[in-house]
Amino acid sequence: MTATAPVAERPAKEPKQSKRPQRFNEGTGRLAAILLSPTLLVLGLVVVFPIIMALRESLFTSGTKLDANGFIVKGSTFVGLQNYTDIFKGDTGHRFWNAAFNTTFFTVVCVVLETILGVAMALIMHKAFKGRGVVRASILVPWAIPTVVSALLWKWIFQADGIANTLLGTQILWSTEGWQSKASVIIADTWKTAPFIGLLVLAGLQTIPAEVYEAAKVDGASVWKTFTRITLPLVKPALLVAVLFRILDTLRIFDLPFVLVGAHKDSVETLSMLAYDEAFNTRYGPAAAYATLLFIYVAVVAYAFVKILGADVIGEARAKKPGGGGKAKKRRATAPEISAAAATNTGMGA
Amino acid sequence: MAVASSLALLATACGSGDDGSSSGGGSSAGALEGRGPITLAGGKDTSGNLQNQLNAWNAQHPNEKVELKELPEDADAQRQQMVQNAQNKSDAFSVLNMDVVWTSEFAANQWITQIPEDKVPDLGKLIPATVDTAKYRDKLYGVPITSDGGLLYYRKDLLTKAGIAEAPKTWDEMLADCQKVAALPEAKGMSCYAGQFEKYEGLTVNFSEAVNSAGGVIVDKDGKPNVNTPEALAGLQELTNGFKTGAIPKAAITYKEEESRRAFQEGKLLFLRNWPYVYAKAEATDGSSKVAGKFAVAPLPGKTGPGVSSLGGHDYAISAFAKNKATAIDFINFMASEARQKANIEKTSQAPTWASLYDDPTLTKQFPYLAPLKASILAAQPRPKVVKYGDVTAAIQQAAYDALSGKTQPQQALSDLQTKLQSLITQ
Amino acid sequence: MATATAQVRADAAKVRAAEVSPMRRWAPLIGVGLIVLYCLAPFYWMVVSAFRRPADQFSNALIPRPFSLQNFKDVFSANNGFQRGLLNSLIVAGSVTILTLVIGMIAAYTLARLDFRGKNLVLAIIITTSMFPGISLVVPLLKLFINIHWINTYQAMIVPSLSFALPLAVWNLTAFFRQMPQELEQAAMVDGCTPAQAFRKVILPLAAPGVFTTAIITFIAAWNEFLIALSMTNKKSIQTANVIISQFTGTTGRDQPFGSQMAAGVVVTIPLVIAVLLFQRRIVAGLTAGGVK
Repeated sequence: MTATAPVAERPAKEPKQSKRPQRFNEGTGRLAAILLSPTLLVLGLVVVFPIIMALRESLFTSGTKLDANGFIVKGSTFVGLQNYTDIFKGDTGHRFWNAAFNTTFFTVVCVVLETILGVAMALIMHKAFKGRGVVRASILVPWAIPTVVSALLWKWIFQADGIANTLLGTQILWSTEGWQSKASVIIADTWKTAPFIGLLVLAGLQTIPAEVYEAAKVDGASVWKTFTRITLPLVKPALLVAVLFRILDTLRIFDLPFVLVGAHKDSVETLSMLAYDEAFNTRYGPAAAYATLLFIYVAVVAYAFVKILGADVIGEARAKKPGGGGKAKKRRATAPEISAAAATNTGMGA
Repeated sequence: MAVASSLALLATACGSGDDGSSSGGGSSAGALEGRGPITLAGGKDTSGNLQNQLNAWNAQHPNEKVELKELPEDADAQRQQMVQNAQNKSDAFSVLNMDVVWTSEFAANQWITQIPEDKVPDLGKLIPATVDTAKYRDKLYGVPITSDGGLLYYRKDLLTKAGIAEAPKTWDEMLADCQKVAALPEAKGMSCYAGQFEKYEGLTVNFSEAVNSAGGVIVDKDGKPNVNTPEALAGLQELTNGFKTGAIPKAAITYKEEESRRAFQEGKLLFLRNWPYVYAKAEATDGSSKVAGKFAVAPLPGKTGPGVSSLGGHDYAISAFAKNKATAIDFINFMASEARQKANIEKTSQAPTWASLYDDPTLTKQFPYLAPLKASILAAQPRPKVVKYGDVTAAIQQAAYDALSGKTQPQQALSDLQTKLQSLITQ
Repeated sequence: MATATAQVRADAAKVRAAEVSPMRRWAPLIGVGLIVLYCLAPFYWMVVSAFRRPADQFSNALIPRPFSLQNFKDVFSANNGFQRGLLNSLIVAGSVTILTLVIGMIAAYTLARLDFRGKNLVLAIIITTSMFPGISLVVPLLKLFINIHWINTYQAMIVPSLSFALPLAVWNLTAFFRQMPQELEQAAMVDGCTPAQAFRKVILPLAAPGVFTTAIITFIAAWNEFLIALSMTNKKSIQTANVIISQFTGTTGRDQPFGSQMAAGVVVTIPLVIAVLLFQRRIVAGLTAGGVK
């Protein structure tokens, strides 16, 4: 940590970037490496290694032939990219594109709904009123229920003569193919994970100094204007991180459609379910190929998301890249506001 | 950098683990050696009966104790855990409590050990159809511990009222009975019949029963798919017509065992195809069942005579990677014994595999459905005995579900299924 | 103190708002009511289902009648080992949360404040690990853990959960720390604080909401983890509550023990929510108080 000490000598008002390149030297890189190594070590052990194993696995196939005694011939054969090309052939290809569509559809619809609901929840939780604790607790409940249990709960609710149909006075067969099964997954997923976005956004709201709002009030800004011009920009980093991780999660959605509607249903089959199905039938090569394709898809979506919206999330680092400056400037427009307000804030505190 | 070094570390740790080419442990028969502690992997039961049985064994064999490795209740999750352990050649599970349909896959992969028939002295006393479920290519890989067969639950009260003395033996009789009962005021809002038609293993069971009961097969005696036949079509049409005419309620497309039991218990069904477990539940007099005392059971109906049930149940097999296989086979024989099976049905109402127990007077008194169940199991057909059972059952479910939900015509569904099965089953 | 001031201001603002128009006063309350209803209605169904007799599990009555504790008795029956499962869940989720916060905060602060080449790359690598389908990680991980003899150990559950939690923790905390003006630490260091002290006394209190939220999210995620916990253990004494719940059976094998599953759901959820509420006050208060000094 000592390497950061020189920062103290820096005059507070100086523009942030100007002197850094000189001040941070080789030592900073080494320090950063030391400080980051626990994180990278854990991730390397438990995630990167299995991913590499899976990538390797996806190039092999095994267990497809029986010998004369009816035993499966052991050992795996290298097949190159065949597991990948097979995915796009014939029926399998149809199934793959259908699953890709479902995955995308669930992600777009769920994340949009969850974001709207989550932000609304955060705004409500942030308001000071009597019984706020209870409200916060109840918003937390859906997210706190184990997925194993909540999927069963929704399955029960959506039974042919379950409570959903009783209350709605309908006879909808929720688990059959069609819009209704998609709807049931979306309802259950939104219910469960909107609080996740709510919590993260709430944390963002809590770091906004009240003075900022006071100033807006003095200027006579409307509620909507205050929300779009002040609240939203200031919680943007927290919101973007929350949405980004929801996108990553929803693209890999598995449990809910699997438990709620069931396997092999065209209406809700997702890419994760295809990977699971192959692995379940001990075709680990194709399973790994599906997982890898999904992985690539998720990576592309995440990259696009960060590229388009996420300058705030990894802003500073990006700012130094040539061409990234424009976005960084946009971000910094809000930064002085916070700095100024926060400075007055702590000043009052001390 | 950190990642690279951790990977290097891992490479040494796992270098030995990932070559799938080493020879499997249990292909040769007669290698049931070694004594000492073993484990039993499978689901338990709430009655605690299984633990009691294990305690009885452990008391007699202090040096060869059995520990229960509890798996999730869900059958697919159980299989998944067993497969994962086998693939890693883990000896964590010695004895596997396996669903009867897994035998071929586990045997072909050499995940379970072949058992010489002379090591199972009671084999001849068990119902042959159940023993057959534990065989792969005519060799024994397990010992049947419980069995299961489909039964026709019917509303005896309403049938009597409509002047019908006997349970129907054919589908046509059943539909005719429904017509008669429908005229009664009590029958308002009731449907004729339901089974399990959700897209899951139960659909394979119900579809197989329909096809077999009409004289068709899915996979013939030589293991060749032969489902694109007039007989199979007649069986499937019995179900699709049921949905079309409303004899089977629309909601039945979402029924699993429990949903269909619920409909029957609430008095919404005149006839129900289900397993024996329903009997005690529907007979409950605590107010949870509206049909207590009003129903009876019979063997399943068929096209021209009694129907053919699909065979359920569980076999105990020995993991190929287990230690102490001599203890394991002794333990399996212990659990398969007449006394143990009797104790088991008394506590859990799970059907035994000992033929004689179906005629045991104390049991038939306690479980009035034993006589029709025996008939059901004796005539029962196994579901296709194939290595790729997971794919085969998925294909069957796909075809049946599409036909039942009206997405494809029955004829088309069967010819599609035949093509699919031919590509899956290469003998 | 900063939060307290904010609170007062917000209260004041609300009073003023209340004077403005009745619409403004009631609209938020209705919103609150709707959100609470939305969140709790399905949960209510879970609670109600838990309090029915097992025989009545199919009932659609809005109030369980007759009321029964049988499902809860089943959950805690001796041969389930559910209590032990709860303890194991607590050990695993607690360890994961603490480790995630410590490791994640170090990484996040490094990423937020230190300038070094490859920062974007590091952030990218970290989030990339959240992109592989979890179900596809199980098989290779199992192979690995068998080889290093981790089966039936706590670390076999803690380390994977840690790795699932870290990306979100690092990204979220990085975003939070970056929002904190650097002038604050600089001022603290002018006052004679070491960088570590500056972080602890100035940044941490201000970022408390973010840290706390990360803690809740990590804890709940670890508490709810199922797949890894199921695959890496086969000994009752080490299995977590979720795994135990999955082992619940009916009386005969084909009947689904829905009632006891829901009862177990209630048992694992409610203490969690209460604990979060209590801790929330404590932690936020504690951190903020530290910041004033």
